[in-house]
Amino acid sequence: MSTIHKSPWLLHYDGSSCNGCDIEVLACTTPVYDVERFGVINTGNPMHADIFLITGGINSQNEAVVKQIYEQMPQPKVVIAVGTCACTGGIFKECYNIKGGADTVIPVDIYVPGCAARPESIIDGVVKGIALFKEKAAALKASENAN
Amino acid sequence: MATERIIIAVLYVLLAPFVIGLLDGFDRKISARMQGRRGPSVLQPFFDLKKLFEKEFLTANKAQLFMIRSYLVFIVLSGVLFFGGFDILLVVFSLSTAAMFLILASTSTHSPYSAQGTHRELVQIMSCEPMELLVAVGFYLAIGTFNVNEIIKTSISPIAYLPGFFVGFVFILTIKFRKSPFDIATSHHAHQEVIKGVTSEMVGKEYGMVTLAEWYENAILLGIVGLFFLNSNPVSIVCAIIAILVVWFLEILIDNTSARVKWQLMLKLAWGVTIVAAGMNLLLLEIIRG
Repeated sequence: MSTIHKSPWLLHYDGSSCNGCDIEVLACTTPVYDVERFGVINTGNPMHADIFLITGGINSQNEAVVKQIYEQMPQPKVVIAVGTCACTGGIFKECYNIKGGADTVIPVDIYVPGCAARPESIIDGVVKGIALFKEKAAALKASENAN
Repeated sequence: MATERIIIAVLYVLLAPFVIGLLDGFDRKISARMQGRRGPSVLQPFFDLKKLFEKEFLTANKAQLFMIRSYLVFIVLSGVLFFGGFDILLVVFSLSTAAMFLILASTSTHSPYSAQGTHRELVQIMSCEPMELLVAVGFYLAIGTFNVNEIIKTSISPIAYLPGFFVGFVFILTIKFRKSPFDIATSHHAHQEVIKGVTSEMVGKEYGMVTLAEWYENAILLGIVGLFFLNSNPVSIVCAIIAILVVWFLEILIDNTSARVKWQLMLKLAWGVTIVAAGMNLLLLEIIRG
């Protein structure tokens, strides 16, 4: 039985945003919300991360960065787009340098809407992502056995 | 007697990860309570470890896996030497050899975070090593032997002769356990400027093996704390366990009440305490003996 759903480590990247969602993500790790009680650790290292949490939209400068971070994360991994900007591009969508939401460059598993997304809904998104891990870990094992 | 030593060494290999993993779990729980949080389950370190072994394995250099395996093997060997009752000086040397493999593993990739972490790890080793060696020397001067097997048979606990050495050793334990204020090469919670320092480039099972090796190493270090209190009387085993738990709690308290320092201050403090506490103790011991 896989234990990945019991210890999902987060990597947080803030794209083109107003930093509102960024601050709400950090609020999740404070004593008020204490996301560590689910075994979640906020790591700064893509190689140790299981969940990629993106806030803010994608612009032409951070596109390559987001792709590289995604590729450095070992399987199984889950991507969560937090806030309206990461989901669709938000109010910056029409700007000349904005490509849109996170799903324009990497596959996104969970969308957490809100401007800014509330810590409660971010935790809800992370818990949904954790549920997805069981499926992904099983699929990875099946594909390994097939090979 | 020989079979007893073998049994203790085998028990170390089998049980040390469970005991230290559980202590680590309580560590995280107590730390969380100190910060006004609920904290994860006490079994969390085991969930983390199992997950790391299940993750996909990516590496920039295949030699890294070999280095990390050697690191783990040498740490376990040091523990077998210590708990098997062999020469404590040999244990210290074997631990240094293990540390060399960790350095080789972290420098085998070209990550700047890993390189920065390695530099700091070397400074940490430089800060700790004199005290580790002096502890072995202290036991020799107090009891007249380097053999752990004979040290535990003394009539008076070594702490009576070596209080200064004990203070110095507990001081460097904070560096060894990678606790704040001395978690400069890597911290247990990876949100500092060198990301995860030495272990930045270690993915999945590699990081799992490093964690496991740290648990085995912590068991040896806590064992040395206990060694200060052991004597021929079986009651001293209880004293040793109490001393280990007190030191362990003290480390958590220090971790949660202090901010990280720069390496210069760490080096000055570690060597300062080594020279003053252990040096004075050494001098007095020589005068008494002389």
